[in-house]
Amino acid sequence: MILLGLLETGSAYGYDLKHRYDRLFGLRKRLAFGQIYATLARLMRDNCIEELAAEAGHGPERRRYHITDTGLRRVESWLFTPDIPHENLQSNLFAKTVIALLIDDDAERLLDGQRHAHLERMRQLTSEKRGADFATAALCDHALFHLEADLRWIDLISARLRDLRESIER
Amino acid sequence: MNSSAPPSTLPGIPPATSPGATPLITARDLHLAFGLTEALRGVDLTIRSGEILAIMGPSGSGKSTLLHILAGVLVPDRGSVVYNGQRISTMNEAERARLRLAEFGFVFQFGQLLPDLSALDNVSIPLLLGGMSRREALARSEELLGSFGLSSCKDKRPPQLSGGQAQRVALARALVAGPRVLFADEPTGSLDSLSSEQVMEMLAATVRGFGVTLVVVTHDARTAAYADREVIVRDGQIRSGFEL
Ligand SMILES: Nc1ncnc2c1ncn2[C@@H]1O[C@H](COP(=O)(O)OP(=O)(O)OP(=O)(O)O)[C@@H](O)[C@H]1O
Ligand SMILES: [Mg+2]
Repeated sequence: MILLGLLETGSAYGYDLKHRYDRLFGLRKRLAFGQIYATLARLMRDNCIEELAAEAGHGPERRRYHITDTGLRRVESWLFTPDIPHENLQSNLFAKTVIALLIDDDAERLLDGQRHAHLERMRQLTSEKRGADFATAALCDHALFHLEADLRWIDLISARLRDLRESIER
Repeated sequence: MNSSAPPSTLPGIPPATSPGATPLITARDLHLAFGLTEALRGVDLTIRSGEILAIMGPSGSGKSTLLHILAGVLVPDRGSVVYNGQRISTMNEAERARLRLAEFGFVFQFGQLLPDLSALDNVSIPLLLGGMSRREALARSEELLGSFGLSSCKDKRPPQLSGGQAQRVALARALVAGPRVLFADEPTGSLDSLSSEQVMEMLAATVRGFGVTLVVVTHDARTAAYADREVIVRDGQIRSGFEL
């Protein structure tokens, strides 16, 4: 999905995609070229991207890819479907936020959607806690504190969307 | 509401209405500027009878200003607030004061209890203002403090109470006259996790038990999780789209 999102900013070669990905998201694990081409092949098969006329005399890395209407719709629905609130770091959420900024979509709206999904889950946990035994309540609290930490991060990043946009567009 | 009706007392009074779809407060297109600062820039909000609503959003976004307008403490420059069929936003100060005394309760983040009075005397203030005899007011207040687990604190003055205890005393004072709406601004803002939980458990159980509508401003997600829903204020506006 991230590669598809990057393609929404303009058509690109596989090689460029890898480098943009690594720069924006590759803190922990860089993408191998093999992974890039496997993903691109899958996106081609699903009609999310198409190949622009290949430039003569070059290998596969000279193919240029372009996003289709199906691809655009796929990105839109990925962006605005909140992630299931897990009590661990929302790296997919970060990726969605960055892509939304890159393609000038509404990053604030997707963060609001996520905030709402998190609060909904926290409401459930809070009501499960009511009348529960101590062990159950302790587990609910553990989840609540982790979700709260996510929410603080969401609040912070919402407040700094402009800075984030500047730093990724450089 | 007319001002001659004595305030009903909370303990023992069954809920007037169960939480439902009836709008109790309807705010439309609220604008308010403090000098050049536009604190609110066109807020629409409908609050249903018996619901718990959390108002969230960044610092300075206009949450407290909104709460004060909904409660008839501040008057908007433009727009309207209708409470239970009455247009609060065009009432004069005396009418609003009467309405607040008869129908609303308030809890703020700090500095709200009178430091020279005992906890018990603090709680009884709204009843005395409502015209109840001192003896009866003290008896009611004592009963409510007891049900909040604060009997042992009743003779202490606010500086001798812990933050959590002081907040629960403030809650008792806000609820003692049986308000229909309780407005709370960061009621857990200065408390640790455990005291916040105790305050919110007590607050949520009490308002649900008596069908009181609660509007709570908070930046604390665990506090907001006691609400039925949340709205986010940003730059003096509420972004819609995630309402129930
Ligand atoms: N009495 C006042 N005079 C002048 N400006 C004010 C006054 N009250 C609020 N403001 C301004 O209006 C804006 C909104 O303030 P408000 O207190 O409603 O924010 P808030 O969302 O409650 O913030 P916080 O989370 O920090 O309490 C701020 O820019 C604030 O400086
Ligand atoms: Mg405030």
